[in-house]
Amino acid sequence: MIEQYLGITSEQMVIAAGQTVYMLFWGLVLGSLLGIPLGILLTITRKGGILQNKVVYTLINYTINIVRSVPYIILLVAIMPLTKIIVGTRIGTQAALVSLVFYITPFLSRLVESSLLEVDKGIIEAAEAMGATPVQVIWHFLLPEALGSLILSLTTGTIGLLGATAMAGAIGGGGVGNLALTYGYQQFNTPLMVATVIVLIVFVQLIQGLGNYLSKRVRSRE
Amino acid sequence: MIEIQNVSKRFDSASGEVHALRQVSLTVEKGDIFGVIGFSGAGKSTLVRLVNLLERPSEGRVLVDGTDITTLSKPDLRMLRKNIGMIFQQFNLLQSKSVFQNVAAPLVLNKVPKKDIDKRVKELLHFVELEDKIHTNVSKLSGGQKQRVGIARALATNPSILLCDEATSALDPKTTDSILELLKKINRELNVTILLITHEMHVICDICNKVAVMDNGRVLEQGTVLQVFGNPQHKITRSFVKTVIDDSIPGSLAREILEYQGENRIFRLRFQGNIAGKPLLYRISAEYHMENSILFATVCELQGVVFSVMIVQVFGSAQRLDEVQQFIEDSGVYVEVLHLTGGEEDRND
Ligand SMILES: Nc1ncnc2c1ncn2[C@@H]1O[C@H](COP(=O)(O)OP(=O)(O)O)[C@@H](O)[C@H]1O
Ligand SMILES: [Mg+2]
Repeated sequence: MIEQYLGITSEQMVIAAGQTVYMLFWGLVLGSLLGIPLGILLTITRKGGILQNKVVYTLINYTINIVRSVPYIILLVAIMPLTKIIVGTRIGTQAALVSLVFYITPFLSRLVESSLLEVDKGIIEAAEAMGATPVQVIWHFLLPEALGSLILSLTTGTIGLLGATAMAGAIGGGGVGNLALTYGYQQFNTPLMVATVIVLIVFVQLIQGLGNYLSKRVRSRE
Repeated sequence: MIEIQNVSKRFDSASGEVHALRQVSLTVEKGDIFGVIGFSGAGKSTLVRLVNLLERPSEGRVLVDGTDITTLSKPDLRMLRKNIGMIFQQFNLLQSKSVFQNVAAPLVLNKVPKKDIDKRVKELLHFVELEDKIHTNVSKLSGGQKQRVGIARALATNPSILLCDEATSALDPKTTDSILELLKKINRELNVTILLITHEMHVICDICNKVAVMDNGRVLEQGTVLQVFGNPQHKITRSFVKTVIDDSIPGSLAREILEYQGENRIFRLRFQGNIAGKPLLYRISAEYHMENSILFATVCELQGVVFSVMIVQVFGSAQRLDEVQQFIEDSGVYVEVLHLTGGEEDRND
């Protein structure tokens, strides 16, 4: 039935959705594993931070700016040799994932940085006055105080990532966004394009809804 | 004991170098409640933050119990900080956590076993009279309650020194008094030396035994509250004293006095201690046969000592007035001659 209206099999649709979820999930996990520590480093090494360090700050700051200024579709192609080293291939969902991590990590670093900078300086000062080590300041004070805001930042990052997965189709990453582009847009299949966009809208709503809910739960304790 | 020796502190800011402290020296003895008073920007916060090295001196030394803390290694500095509690104007609590979690924080950092933490937190909350709020989130507390949490947290590691940075400045007068009472109890019952800063004179009057007056990065005068209060040397000190004892003469009265043509002199008298049995004014009229009238009188208590100010107009020739002035000085009363001009009172600064 779906085939009749949209010109693709329902199986294709399910596979695409699965690929999107795969790229989103792993992109977010790996991006967070890299981006959150970088965001923390940016916060603590900046001027006035608890481990102020101009060299480290400048290095991370500029690297992030440079990577972020490259449009995703160019980044995708530019890092292909590196992708081959990491996952052994230049195409496919895994290859796309490598580029997605490159795309999302600096973005998340910035989002995390801005969330952490919202934390009242006074709390950090109180922690230092208690004799907390830098790691204790981060773990017991900085992160818990920023949690609500961090969740919203990760939500924003995830939705940004979803947008990028559509373009990952260019190197055979697959996914719902790719359906919309290659089958829908390029083959003038309007019903399919509309259907996939609707699926993407549902994705965005779900992610944002979940993010808002979790953040609100954390903050309502305040 | 806290000794601040010739400390200067400069900050580099966008608008050039700021001298927050200039050659400041002061000593806080064990058991003191030492108050530092000054207007905003005087350098008070910078001064108090030297003691746990949240701010490092540009020059000079800071000694805590004889140790120059500027030479401590990082781990030693952290040990020192655990022995110095600090409370803040804005409380600086973890907004997302409960009262229990906030008070427990310093103990968690010290890896105290959970059972002992439970016990200690309850003990502390009992001390600050906040046991019933143990599981409440701190954002749901009033300002006074938040400061009690701040105090309990600061006391968790049994410090011997407590630093208070404008701890009552965000509170209403009634709450301020209750927090000041609590600070007194901490000093008395737990033998904690307190260094507090404030811009409110009544905080000094209520609980401090010693005071330093700061302006523009300098300590203008310091000593016991009675010394500084009873005989203020600087204009700024006098203006602070005035906020608790307003002894200025109302303009209409001053104009009337000025219109009076006869020879007279106006004295401001400051008495300390018990003045009952010292009928000064009576003796001026009985023994010197000079008329006098009281323009103003007030009494307050400082450190358990009665402190009174009186403004008296005495009538008579210049020579007789000199004699009376000498007599007053000889009776151990601090006396000052006031010169009135056009309704405004001029002091011989
Ligand atoms: N970190 C800083 N950087 C630049 N200037 C500062 C800093 N901290 C304090 N100052 C300046 O030092 C002076 C004294 O500040 P502060 O000690 O906070 O005064 P107070 O607590 O008496 O209001 C002010 O002029 C203030 O602007
Ligand atoms: Mg201040």
